[in-house]
Order: sequence, then structure tokens, then C-alpha cells
Amino acid sequence: MKLLAVLTIVTPHVNYVAILPELILIGGALLLLVSGQLVFAKIPTAFYSIGSGAIAAAALVASLVIWHDVQARGPFTTIADSVAVDGFAIVFLVLVSCILILASAIANDFLVREGIDGPEYHVLALLAGSGAMLMAAANDLILIFVALEIMSIPLYILAGMDSRRRESGEAAIKYFVLGAFSSAIFVYGIALVYGATGSTNLPQIASYLNTNIITSNGVLLAGLGLLLVGFGFKVSAVPFHMWTPDVYQGAPTPATGFMTALAKAGGFAALLRVFFSTFGVLRTDWQPLLWAIAIVTLLLGAILGLVQRDVKRMLAYSSINHAGFILVGLAAATSQGISGSVYYVFVYAILVLGSFAVITLVGGKGDENHDLDAYRGLGRRQPVLAFAFALLLLGQTGIPLTTGFLAKLYVITAAVRAHSYALAVIAMLSAAIAAAFYLRLVFLMYGVKLPVGSGGDEGALSLPVTGEPDDGLDPTGSVPTGVNIGRVVVPVPTAVAIFVTVAVTVVFGIWPGPLVDFVHAAHFLF
Amino acid sequence: MTHVLAATIPDAITFVMAAAICVVGALGVVLARNPVHSALMLVMTLFGVAVLFVEEDAQFLAAVQVIVYAGAIVVLFLFVIMLLGVDQKEVFQRDPLPAQRPVAIALGILGLVEVLVLARGRWPSGARSVSGAIGSPASNVSLIGRSIFTTYLLAFEVTSALLAVAVVGAVVLARRPRHSVGGNEDSTGPVAEPDDDLGGPDDTEPEGVEETIVGSGTPRGESGDIKTSGSLADVEVTGP
Repeated sequence: MKLLAVLTIVTPHVNYVAILPELILIGGALLLLVSGQLVFAKIPTAFYSIGSGAIAAAALVASLVIWHDVQARGPFTTIADSVAVDGFAIVFLVLVSCILILASAIANDFLVREGIDGPEYHVLALLAGSGAMLMAAANDLILIFVALEIMSIPLYILAGMDSRRRESGEAAIKYFVLGAFSSAIFVYGIALVYGATGSTNLPQIASYLNTNIITSNGVLLAGLGLLLVGFGFKVSAVPFHMWTPDVYQGAPTPATGFMTALAKAGGFAALLRVFFSTFGVLRTDWQPLLWAIAIVTLLLGAILGLVQRDVKRMLAYSSINHAGFILVGLAAATSQGISGSVYYVFVYAILVLGSFAVITLVGGKGDENHDLDAYRGLGRRQPVLAFAFALLLLGQTGIPLTTGFLAKLYVITAAVRAHSYALAVIAMLSAAIAAAFYLRLVFLMYGVKLPVGSGGDEGALSLPVTGEPDDGLDPTGSVPTGVNIGRVVVPVPTAVAIFVTVAVTVVFGIWPGPLVDFVHAAHFLF
Repeated sequence: MTHVLAATIPDAITFVMAAAICVVGALGVVLARNPVHSALMLVMTLFGVAVLFVEEDAQFLAAVQVIVYAGAIVVLFLFVIMLLGVDQKEVFQRDPLPAQRPVAIALGILGLVEVLVLARGRWPSGARSVSGAIGSPASNVSLIGRSIFTTYLLAFEVTSALLAVAVVGAVVLARRPRHSVGGNEDSTGPVAEPDDDLGGPDDTEPEGVEETIVGSGTPRGESGDIKTSGSLADVEVTGP
């Protein structure tokens, strides 16, 4: 009888609605994978793309259903407290669904153009999306780790999808080796936190820390530091950013945009929850650390972005700079700062998807045409595309009347309210530095001559560019040597995706109410 | 510290010996010149960890450790090493950042010292474990099963998504491109076959010498001659 009692296991109650978006994505990905094998005819890529978009849209609907649930009944946890269903998680569920819908439209045209058949790209993207959703909803360190891997491993593979370009394979290996290393560090951090607090469940850790005064917390602090290393790698915060430029440059361009948006969303979701919500008691311990990381991330991203000739590398450094801004909100360690960070992640993910969609188009067949020269005179040749790209870049700069401005405003305001004035000043300074390389691209597209500088030649810009050719180029769209400038083909799905990202950026920049309210409802469960 | 002192003498001796085996094995993995030796040293480390598990009354975990890691995974490593060619020599001539090694060592020691100072020699600070007290009447297996199907149910179940990713990813990466640069249409070649006509601009190297990344753990059909331009692994390999 005693043996029987030991063996009887009462499995926890599973609220399937609470994890419905993740289930839809995983099940949909598997369905997409086998659907190609059910018929003998070759299925066109568009079928998989539409399927992927539809699955993501279903996940979006499911997320909104849960949103309605939480609004009505309040946040709750399920499956043995391992999933938190709160406003914070749902904002990220919605964001990830939107990323997937936009990314499947953008990827479709790339896959058709490059002749990459089969459902694998979309299957991997959907599975990565489910991982990012789980990271946002996870309420247990073990689940965060598994979700981190589900998100990361498809991204490593997507980086290496383009097997005809050597850089793609290089990017995949680099991302994989360094990513595996950072995951191992992250697990070590989990082990040490478990050793120090006796639990991997976030609320239990928090309540343990709240009810006990820990006199010797070496293990706990070491674990916390290692967790920060793992998260820092995912969001490319500065000491752990080394992989970013090479991987962004090498990965197929639509995969780069998707990777940026998704890894930032998933990584920051878990980072904000673990540090602010779980280890909030220890904020005097981790705040200086995050303060320092935020400062070096802001400055290094902005300064190194200035000297890049490759647009993808430039946006890689820009993404590092943006990661710094999001960390500013966390370093403030107030609920206002967290709201600012969440808003920033939301806005930046949309902006970066649109930007990389344009870069995918300009890259042309072979995905090689990413030099700054490819953008010279784009405003004359294709005014609409150039205007959209200019708006997206201005959004990233933080020009007023775009969402990017509000995002920067919120995190900097939070930093000021938390009395970290130095951080706020450095953040604004880095925004000014970063504006130089965004605006340089905009000027390049419209052939604006910069009044300053020693360049002298028409169209030659004075900002430092490594290996700038001595150009007697005129900005009206004549062909620079070695750069293939033709008319950029703009397929309809990508055009729609770019339009949506621009519309979100401008509309919610002018009329911020709805999006801000939505993000402000992103409260933690505890 | 207090735990070590409170333990019985045999326990302490076992711990010290097993820990020494682990550390020596781990150093061997990094320092051995021959990749096969590295793999075998890894087995030693894994056995040391298994002993530590036994010492913690986690016999099931120790058995799994030996069977899965030492038995299966290291054998897989050896397969990969053999397929890549065991008699290749690594030449570490081009270290792009020669200063990084001393700096890394210095920073590592600094971090360790910092943690030691913070801990002030008193390590354990926390609550008791939640998933099975040592010495409870239930067996190891049932405690682990209970954990997997209660506390960690979701984490356990979603690892299936990870397996799906692994399957899809392996197929994607091992597949040869249909329109490769050199017009290679062969889709049936063995996985680790050295690439011959995928070449871009790097094919000016002498015959039989190719650049590859060794030890990254991913046998990839197309990665045979990846040109690494960054600082991660500039490793030159002389072919047989």
C-alpha cells in the first residue's frame, strides 16, 4: 500500500487555453511540415507562407482571447505554476504573433527569389516563435531555459539557411558555438540560483527572498550574474555582443530581421521578468551592473555603427544601441521603466522587421547587394520604397511623431525619475551619435549633399566610412563601379508588410494612445 | 564549507577524489592535442560527475550520466572526429588577437576572486531542495518521475518541440543546395565529403589544404571550407 501511495502521481491541472498560442504554433509547424508530403505535386512556396501567416494569425487570435480572459478574471498561473498568464506575457504573445505574420510575408518573396523550396524556413520560424512565447510566459527557470533553446536553435539554423553563401554558414557556426556556450553559462546560473534558494519557480524564489534575510549570498549573486550573461548574449548587450555584426551580415536578410525582432522580444521578456519581478528584492545588487552594461551597450553600438559600410552590419550595431536603451528602462528598476522597456521592445521589433524587409529587397538576387552605395539615389529611382525606408530609419533615430521617439522618451523619463541622470544623459548622447548613421543613409538615398566635411565631391559624405571609394559619383542614381544597381523589384506581400510597419510607426507615433495603453496593461502577476 | 566539514571522512575523500578526476579530465579535454584524446578525457570528466551523483544518493542520475553521456554522446563525438579525419593537424598560427588570452585569464581570475570575496567562505545560503529530500523512502526513479510529471510537466513536454527543431534543422543543414555556385547538382554525396567545386574566391589555396572549423560539434555537409574571417576560430587544417 505504501509503495502504491508513493507511485500515484497526481498530474497538475492543465489549462490548455492558457498555452493555446504556443500549442497552435507548434502544432501548425508540424502540420506545415507534413503537408508537403501528403500530395505528390510540388507545392509552391506561397502555400507554405500563407499557411505560416494563417497559423500565426490564429495564435494572435488565441492571444487576444487570453487577453480578454485576464482582463475579466485577473492574471493566473497554470500547469503547476510553471506558466504565468499575466498582462506582461500577453503583450509579448501578441508581439511574437505579429512578428511571425510580418516575417512570413517578407520571407515568402525572399524564398521565391532565391529558389529555396520547401516548408522548412517557415517551420523553423514558427517553432522559434513558440519558444519566444514560452520565454515570455515562463514562470520557472527550467522552463525559461527550455524555451530559450526552442527559440535559439531554429535561429541558428535560419542563419545558415542560405547554403550558397559562405558567410551564411559562417554566421550559423558562430552563432551556434557562442550561443551554446552562453546557454551553458545560463544553466550554471540556474543551478546556482536553485542551490541558493531551493527552487526554480520564480514566485517561490521571490517569496523566499522576501521572507529571508540572506547574510552570505555569494552563490546567489554568482548565479544572478551568470543568468545575466545568458540573457545578455541573447539580446546582444555589450560585453556579449561579439557575434552580432557577423551573424547579422552573414544570415539571409529576412532571417536577420526575424532573428533580431524575435530574440529581442523573447530575451527581454524573460530578462525583465526574472530581474525585476523575481529578483526585485536584490535590485541594489544588480542595478549598478545593469547601469554599467547599459552605458557601454549604448555607446559602443552607436559609435561602431558610424564606421560600417555594410547596411546589415550597421543595423547590427544599431540593434546593440537599441538593446542599451531597453536596458536603461530595466536599470531604472521602476514599473514605469519596465513599461518603457516593453514599449521599446514592441516598437523596435516592428521597426527592425520593416527595415530588414527593405534591405532584403535592395539586396537583390543572391542577397549580396548590401553596400551603402546600393542606396545611393534610391529616392530618385524608387521614391515610395525610399520614403518608407526613410520613415523606418527616422523611427529608429527617434524623430518626433514616430513610435521610436516615444520609446526613447519613456525609457529616458524613467531613468530621470529614478535619479540616474548620468544614464539619461548618456542615452540621449548615444541617440544623437546613432542619428548620424541613420541620417547618412537617408541623405544617401535622397542625394542630399552634406554641408560639412572635407569630401568636396558631389554626393561624397563627410562621415567616416571605412574604405570609401574616391567618388565622383553624382547622387542622381548613376551606377557606382562594382555595385549592381537596378530597379528593385517590390513584390506585393513584402510591400504590404513594409506598409504595415511604417503605418504602425507613424500612426501610433502621432496617436500613441492605444499602443501605450496596451503596453501599460503589461503588469506582472506578482 | 560547513557541509564538507560536517560530512563523514569517507564522503569527503570521495568528493575530493571525484572532483579531482573531473577537473583533470576537463583540463585534458582542452589541452589534449589529439581530438580523440580530448573525447576520452571527456569520458573521464563525465565519470567523475557520475561519482558525485552517487555520493549525493542520486544513483539513477549517475547511471543515466554514464549510459547517455559516456555511452552515447561521446561515441557520437568520436564518430564525428573520425569522419572529419583524425590525422589532421591543427595549426594555431593566426591568432587575430594575441592579447586576448592573457586578458581572458586575468579577467577570469578577477571574477573568481570577486565571487570568493562576496561569499566570504560561507557558501550555502539557501532553502532546502523541493523535489525530493535526500534519504526519503521513495526511490530515485519515482522521485524524478514525480518531478517530471508534476513540477516540470510543461518543461518536459515542450522538449518535444526541441526534438522537432533538431530533426528539421539536421535535414536543412545536411541538404545540398540545388543551384550551388559551382553548379554542383550532386545531392547524394556523403555528409562529410570535402567540398570540391563549391568554391568562391578562396579556391586559390593549394590542393589538399582547406580551411575548416574543427571541434564545433556540427558535422555539416556544406561547412567543409567555410572561410572564417572573424576572430572566433581561425584554425588552419592541413589535409591528410
